[in-house]
Amino acid sequence: MVLIVLALIRTRNLFGVIVLSGAYSFLMATVLVALDAVDVAMTEAAVGAGVSTVLLLGALRLCKSEEAKPAHRPWLPLAVAVSTGLLLAYGAMDLPDFADPQAPIHQHVVPRYMENEVDVPNVVTAVLASFRGYDTLGETTVVFTAGAGIIALLRRRKSGRGADGK
Amino acid sequence: MENNLVLRVVGKLLIPFILLFALYVQFHGDFGPGGGFQAGVIFATGIVFYALIFGLERARQAVPDRLVETMLASGVLIYAGVGVAGMLLGGNYLDYFVLDKNPVIGQHRGIFWVEVGVATTVSGVMLKIFYMFASRSVAGNAHEDPED
Amino acid sequence: MLEHFSYIVTVFLMVAGLFIIMAHGNLIRKMIGLSIFQTSVYLLYIAPGKLIGGTAPIIAPEYGIYSNPLPHVLILTAIVVGVATLALGLALAVRIREAYGSIEEDEILARDNAIEDAEEMRA
Repeated sequence: MVLIVLALIRTRNLFGVIVLSGAYSFLMATVLVALDAVDVAMTEAAVGAGVSTVLLLGALRLCKSEEAKPAHRPWLPLAVAVSTGLLLAYGAMDLPDFADPQAPIHQHVVPRYMENEVDVPNVVTAVLASFRGYDTLGETTVVFTAGAGIIALLRRRKSGRGADGK
Repeated sequence: MENNLVLRVVGKLLIPFILLFALYVQFHGDFGPGGGFQAGVIFATGIVFYALIFGLERARQAVPDRLVETMLASGVLIYAGVGVAGMLLGGNYLDYFVLDKNPVIGQHRGIFWVEVGVATTVSGVMLKIFYMFASRSVAGNAHEDPED
Repeated sequence: MLEHFSYIVTVFLMVAGLFIIMAHGNLIRKMIGLSIFQTSVYLLYIAPGKLIGGTAPIIAPEYGIYSNPLPHVLILTAIVVGVATLALGLALAVRIREAYGSIEEDEILARDNAIEDAEEMRA
């Protein structure tokens, strides 16, 4: 995965970048399966590797497929990124250990979710639709709004298309 | 791509199973991995696959724009409607326990309809986005040619 | 160090996404950088929920330990919202391409400056 990300940074051909990001999404999905997040892995494989690759290719068809050479070497962004990374890594050292059952994340509301009072075996579905129903409603609305925004942006005008050159 | 025999045959074989798998993921989501989001995306992927192999026009005949736009909005309405139904039956907004005399069955019913709403919106949005990008290319190229 | 390995990977992906966003001028490339940044956040949420010896949070009598379902729910919605916003960003990029004839940041800025200069000359 790290190799693919490095290749993503280096490659200049956008088509190659998109194919690489699809492969990256599939790898991410396998990592998620290893972390027991089967629902998330399924979504990541379908969305990340499937739909967004198609969308990126669709957008690419409307644009140039070769990236322009940058005018200057990216030293400043590199310095900022590396220093941010070091800070974050330093901060991460104080977080709970990997797979520590005493970590706060396992203590708070989850035991109640696990009692399974709605009698749906897949707890993810139960939490998604029932316990956190407001979240999911808002989230569906976000998806709907994004769809409406894209319709507004890309709809072809009925009369005289391409009238606005600006 | 429309003349590629292998793709056409494999596509015809696979697409019904992709759609069927989407329905399985949708209705089996209570018991195994799956649910509205995944089902919606997989359903949309099946149609996108069809459009890639057989051309956009035929996909638009099979799943017209009007239907897709209706799906887009009706999914959110189904979801919100479940909440309103809970309110009418005397509970709070999005309270599924009142949807049936037996609270557990009420929960199941609420979750089912909520997932239907989510799947409808998600598949509608994904399909609409794809249609938008795919149909745009023709117009965009015609538009930009004199400019470049 | 080893028990924080998942955080190190997360931080690397996050920084790589940040670097792509900052260093590249191409708008589609920026969107890909943004989605790598997003996947690092998925990992940040999911990894602490894992328990050694646990299984996926689907209740069955054979198993006693389950990984934490709450981050899964949050990230599930985040992925779908992520692709919707990605599509919105791509749509904006396509519109910019139609208006400016380019999706490179430098060229767009250059054109903007040229237009502004012309307006100042006229004024």
